[in-house]
Amino acid sequence: MNRIVTGKLKKILGGLVLLVALLVLPHLLEFHHQDLLIFLTINVLVVSSYRLVTLTGEWSLIHAVMMGVGGYTATLLFKNFELGMWFTLPLAGIVAAMVAGLLCFPLFRMTQFYFLIGSFAAGEAIRLCWIEFVNPFGGTGGLSGVEPPLIGDIDFLEPVPYFYLTLAVVSLCLLILYRIEKSRIGLTLHSVHWKAPLAESVGVDTWRYRALAFIIGSFFVGIAGGLKVHYLGTITPNQFGVGFMVFILIWVIVGGYNRFYGPIIGVVVLTLFDESIRSFDEIRPAIYGAVLILSILFLPMGLESLAARIRHWIGRASAAAGSRMTDG
Amino acid sequence: MELVLLSITNGLIQGGFFALFAVGLVLIFGVMGVVNFAHGELVMVGAYTIWLVHAQHGLAYIPALILAILLVTIIGLLMERFLFRPTRNDPLAGLICSIGVLFVLQVAATLVGGEGPSKQVPPPFHGTLVLFDFLRIPYQRLFGLGISALALGALWYFLTRTRFGWALRAVALDRDAAALQGININQISMIAIGVGAALAGLAGGLMAPLTNINPHMGHNVIITAFIVTIVGGVGSLSGAVYAAIIYALFHTFITVYFGGTVATICGLILMVLVLIVRPTGIMGVRVSE
Repeated sequence: MNRIVTGKLKKILGGLVLLVALLVLPHLLEFHHQDLLIFLTINVLVVSSYRLVTLTGEWSLIHAVMMGVGGYTATLLFKNFELGMWFTLPLAGIVAAMVAGLLCFPLFRMTQFYFLIGSFAAGEAIRLCWIEFVNPFGGTGGLSGVEPPLIGDIDFLEPVPYFYLTLAVVSLCLLILYRIEKSRIGLTLHSVHWKAPLAESVGVDTWRYRALAFIIGSFFVGIAGGLKVHYLGTITPNQFGVGFMVFILIWVIVGGYNRFYGPIIGVVVLTLFDESIRSFDEIRPAIYGAVLILSILFLPMGLESLAARIRHWIGRASAAAGSRMTDG
Repeated sequence: MELVLLSITNGLIQGGFFALFAVGLVLIFGVMGVVNFAHGELVMVGAYTIWLVHAQHGLAYIPALILAILLVTIIGLLMERFLFRPTRNDPLAGLICSIGVLFVLQVAATLVGGEGPSKQVPPPFHGTLVLFDFLRIPYQRLFGLGISALALGALWYFLTRTRFGWALRAVALDRDAAALQGININQISMIAIGVGAALAGLAGGLMAPLTNINPHMGHNVIITAFIVTIVGGVGSLSGAVYAAIIYALFHTFITVYFGGTVATICGLILMVLVLIVRPTGIMGVRVSE
């Protein structure tokens, strides 16, 4: 009993320390890094929402495009109806979820490899539509002129206030995503992945749960798209191409997709890594590719498994030392 | 009428190229269960080799073509040995590894060719075949069509008339059963990726004089290969060839009348439709799960 209380206390304390650190962090950084911090925070939401989709074992390649759906929704609502961010953000999520809901019908007739390719094709088709239909999507050049909100005299064009705003929205979304995963729905999603026939035999409609995970994931990544476009001010189809989708995959896989915080570790560590090799501009993708291959070959469970491994090594080393002592 | 005939011939020639790299993708997926995302980059490396060796350093076209095939085959064999073999039990890991290779090859191409505009290779075969006064086909395209047909014929002979071909098809049908029959899976995987990569290199080499060469040309190639593979039926080589020709005609006609982007959108929609109506493709057989 006592132990549970201290455990909870530790968790709350840890959370508080993290929160204070995050609140102080932007003031210690220069402008360029403050920018980066905002995108990193948004990308945390992107990978966490992607993890929810992958819980059912289906790896979709449409997540980046769904972020674009949210982004374009926010942009068009802002420009055509002059809706503020408080309306465009939830609507961005809702429209992305609705598009996902429509796509469920063709896409979830497939599983595994077929689903992967089918989602890729559907995403490319949507993205090419943004390029082809210049009115209203603005073609390859995209759209611009989206502004962040204005509350009183706080100017959200500045990175620090916008970071706090992003942090609040993303934290809220992460909390909801975490609660979903730990809820009955989340457990059912796991069962759909690992024991689909068994889940079906006890009356779980696997189709419905796959679709549900896809729709919820798309809702949150749509919000992420809205957050991004309100800060960046511009949106183009190429922001959400295969390149970005591949990065989402890399972040999730290098971080490790077995736990909630794995993808978050992945995106944070790799963004820092990416920043540190900034000077090798031309060959940066190749370094990324090499890291990706090496992590798949030598760290298949991701960075989050590293902690457990190190603990294991230390345990073995101390055990070995202990046995040597008794031998002597 | 002339436009229609011209589109048909161009579509057929295009179909030959599509078939070359789509068949390679099917072969690798069938035998090894890996979606090789870097397949488009293998084609790109083939085209770059022609540009570098033939257009820049003056080696004749045919030896350059052979060099391109050899180089891409070696890259494929290395991928199998060091990436796909260790990750054979996890198809997702193989896919991710191939994405890593994709990045590396794109950067390698940028380093070799430099940034800047797309490269062009002057066609090594001059002249045009004129049929019925209006149908003009450059010899370069005819050469490409002939070689594609020859390569596909050779592949068909290999798969249906030789022991290695039979073994390869057995592995594609059921890996464990094939292994129990004494077939060396590692060797067959090497052959499959070797043949698949060689065909990709050949496709790249043949396309080099007809297209714009840049480090990102693999993107369109892989989209086309996916469409062709799905429409033809994953795991069906003959399906891939038919689908390549059908899709090439489809794409050529829509490009002529509505433009390239619309053609690709229609192709992707066609693919999703095929996936809905007949997930095993036009020539595929239903595989029990």
